[in-house]
Amino acid sequence: MERTAIRRRLTWQVGTVTDVRRETETARTIVLEVPDWPGHLAGQHLDVRLTAPDGYRASRSYSIASAWSGSDSSTIELTVEQVPDGEVSPYLVDVINVGDPLEIRGPVGGWFVWKPEQDGPVQLIGGGSGVVPLRAMLRSHASAGSTTPFRLLYSVRRPESVIYVSDLKELASSDDVDVRLVYTRDAPAGEPRVGRIDADVISQYAFKPEDGATTYVCGPTPFVETVADLLVAAGHDPARVRTERFGPTGDSR
Amino acid sequence: MGIVSPGFTGRRRSGTELPPGQYLTREFPVLSAGPTPHVLPEHWEFTVTSETGEKYKWDWAALMALPAEEITKDIHCVTRWSKLETTWKGVSLDTLLADVETGADYAMAHSYGGYTTNVPMDDLLDGQSWIAYEYDGEPLDPEHGGPARLLVPHLYFWKSAKWVRGLVLSDTEDLGFWETAGYHEYGDPWKEQRYAGD
Amino acid sequence: MSETNYLDGNAAAGSLSELFAVDLTAAIAQCNGCGHTAVFAEAHVFVDAPGMVARCPGCDSVLLRIVTTPNDTYLDLRGLTYLRVPNS
Ligand SMILES: Cc1cc2nc3c(=O)[nH]c(=O)nc-3n(C[C@H](O)[C@H](O)[C@H](O)COP(=O)(O)OP(=O)(O)OC[C@H]3O[C@@H](n4cnc5c(N)ncnc54)[C@H](O)[C@@H]3O)c2cc1C
Ligand SMILES: [Zn+2]
Repeated sequence: MERTAIRRRLTWQVGTVTDVRRETETARTIVLEVPDWPGHLAGQHLDVRLTAPDGYRASRSYSIASAWSGSDSSTIELTVEQVPDGEVSPYLVDVINVGDPLEIRGPVGGWFVWKPEQDGPVQLIGGGSGVVPLRAMLRSHASAGSTTPFRLLYSVRRPESVIYVSDLKELASSDDVDVRLVYTRDAPAGEPRVGRIDADVISQYAFKPEDGATTYVCGPTPFVETVADLLVAAGHDPARVRTERFGPTGDSR
Repeated sequence: MGIVSPGFTGRRRSGTELPPGQYLTREFPVLSAGPTPHVLPEHWEFTVTSETGEKYKWDWAALMALPAEEITKDIHCVTRWSKLETTWKGVSLDTLLADVETGADYAMAHSYGGYTTNVPMDDLLDGQSWIAYEYDGEPLDPEHGGPARLLVPHLYFWKSAKWVRGLVLSDTEDLGFWETAGYHEYGDPWKEQRYAGD
Repeated sequence: MSETNYLDGNAAAGSLSELFAVDLTAAIAQCNGCGHTAVFAEAHVFVDAPGMVARCPGCDSVLLRIVTTPNDTYLDLRGLTYLRVPNS
């Protein structure tokens, strides 16, 4: 029986950190081993719950950064960007160590997902840590050997803020995948444009409304709001634009 | 099931001056269960409806014409932050209700945007609550409930209805927005009355 | 001025998964206030509050509320006319 077919209510379970990787000065990827992981779809998230010695608790949502292949079935990755003065993200970026337990509830969410059997090209638009679930979709695309055209527009402050640098290079080498970075503060040498995603960027680099693409937009709430509005203004069918708002954290990139 | 997350403390809590389970903040966190209503003072109106259906109305000018008080109070949010010595300006409910003929025991506060919360009359009178329209010397921001909010600082802060537009007085206790969804009907922070049954 | 203090319906998926075995965020939901009918994931979810509140993207009325207390979870679905979930 296929494990993903089991429908059940979820509750909190304990995973163990088996590895951590610095992505940038402020972001870290955590590799978790979760016993009996049921598998997940690219784009899903989970909730993390932290408990202090006196019982005080805090929980937050994090997207799953890895694709599920079935073979490395009980390992998942999360990537967390530290929010200044945040309660949970600094713990995940700076404190938790290999060997530590982490309570999670997931995978959840059946809408902001991409399945290899899905029709039509895919436009991904991420701001900052909003690239996390999009990376899972790109990974899933690669591991399924899919030839569906994928485009990623990734908005970052500066070259040093890019997470998954080597991964994105590798993914971009595929003929079916186009990766475009947009720098909002400082661009690397040879990249003249500095500024947020605007109508020009959308019309130049994104699929056209008539291409029938499904668009996934993810990042801080103001970023998602702006990009979704730009897409609709450019004639994209709102029903084909799926959004994942991460919250009002910090300023939009 | 429960584990302790090694090295996790969360926001700092306790301190004897705070109610149990609260942490101290210097910020003024914005909580919202819906979009922020933007009500201009010239469109604002406050209505008290007595248990017999009698209505008493104040517009902005009428509110401004009433004697105002400077208020300095600690506030305690059920989401566990407390903020000490917050300063407000507003009109006491004693003043507003002085000419309202009522023997009602309970009030339901109603807000622009549809929010409601129930408060016993005994907790609204005797210098315990205000319609506040300034915070920290400035007109109250819409995100903090402006142009005017109810201020009942001795109860958890969800009782201090933002964007308040009226009180409906009644002999029976009905429950408001959060009180119908598991929160305590009274909400005394010092007794840690967070949830129904606490 | 657009509001930036809400999340998408997806953000309620974790809390809902403790109560239901099917994913309700991908279900079609009809608002009891205005009849707006769309996937629940498009609802506006407010989490910076004592509980989680999902509102209709058409008319802002409350579709669903979830409050988790130490002993129980309160679920209020009054604002939904129906949820449509595909049979599997
Ligand atoms: C479905 C979903 C998936 C997510 N996936 C990821 C992910 O993969 N990676 C990731 O890094 N994050 C992700 N997030 C965001 C994550 O859940 C947390 O919100 C984030 O990590 C911040 O949590 P925190 O506890 O550190 O900050 P909090 O303690 O929640 O506080 C946020 C801090 O930001 C400040 N803040 C709050 N509101 C504002 C505002 N309006 N303007 C400016 N500052 C503000 C506050 O002052 C506070 O100090 C996701 C969110 C959702 C809903
Ligand atoms: Zn509606």
